[in-house]
Amino acid sequence: MTRQTQRFLLAGLAVALILAVGVSGFASSKPDGLEKVAAQQSFDAGERPHPLAAGPFAGYGTRGLGDDGFGRGVAGLVGVVLTFAVAGGAVRFASRRRARSGRPPG
Amino acid sequence: MHIPDGFIDAPASVGAGLVAAGAVAVSLRRAGDSVIESQAPMTGLVAAFVFAAQMLNFPVASGTSGHLLGGLLAAVLVGPWLGSLAVTVVLTVQCLFFADGGVSALGLNVINMAIVPAFVGYGLFWLARRLLPTTRVGVLVATAFAAFTSVVLASVAFTLEYAIGGSGAVPVAPVAGAMVGVHVLIGIGEAVITTLTVGAVLATRPDLVFGARGVAMPRAATEVAA
Repeated sequence: MTRQTQRFLLAGLAVALILAVGVSGFASSKPDGLEKVAAQQSFDAGERPHPLAAGPFAGYGTRGLGDDGFGRGVAGLVGVVLTFAVAGGAVRFASRRRARSGRPPG
Repeated sequence: MHIPDGFIDAPASVGAGLVAAGAVAVSLRRAGDSVIESQAPMTGLVAAFVFAAQMLNFPVASGTSGHLLGGLLAAVLVGPWLGSLAVTVVLTVQCLFFADGGVSALGLNVINMAIVPAFVGYGLFWLARRLLPTTRVGVLVATAFAAFTSVVLASVAFTLEYAIGGSGAVPVAPVAGAMVGVHVLIGIGEAVITTLTVGAVLATRPDLVFGARGVAMPRAATEVAA
């Protein structure tokens, strides 16, 4: 990877962190399109609580730190790092496995 | 537009789960076939950006919000296979760690927000690029059109899922009208955010935009890229 690509990736990750940690505090907390329509048309009666609703970051908050401000920022940081690692890791794993099998990338 | 548990019945949810799992398996195979390892960090960055952008609900009509779906954005940046994979990772992490989107509904959400925007949306982007000049502006106009349409198509996909396995007693027609109506507005937000983001990458590293392959870039930009 060239230095320029490294710089681009770091800048992109910095933008994602600023959005998830900082700007997310200004997001609308109104129901989204699907939630609104489900409530209006009352087809949300069957909705069940989320089975993982007791998790430490459920609802984009952090247990012990709350759902706003700091707690939301920590949850945003965790999400950005996790999605980067899992998506990047999956592609890396798939391409390395292919490389080991001796077939060139098409 | 994350579907929670209980909106769609078990058979339709399981069927969607199988479709989504198949798409992930094929995407990973394709990734191994046609991707060199250097595209891994870019796919990770796309996933991280979509996760961050999905935290930013913007207000639309009265008392309603919307957020970026990101499937079309991801497909324009890293191609439909890796793009769909990136958004699938986002949806899975949101479901398991943030309790956003039902566990039983994960396959449905992957179809609506990853597969439909990244593949059908990217197909529309590709068609629009054929009709538009092969320039940076042409790429951006195609991006805006396909981003908008991908959100409307996602709301149509939900309506189809509701028609197949909806747990409510409400007839399909009013659900379809209300879903498409509000997602036309959310689609405008999707088009704005997606076009600004693709425009920013085109201005700095046009070589990293999968959907802009074959577009002649101004000299300054290509020199920076080289």
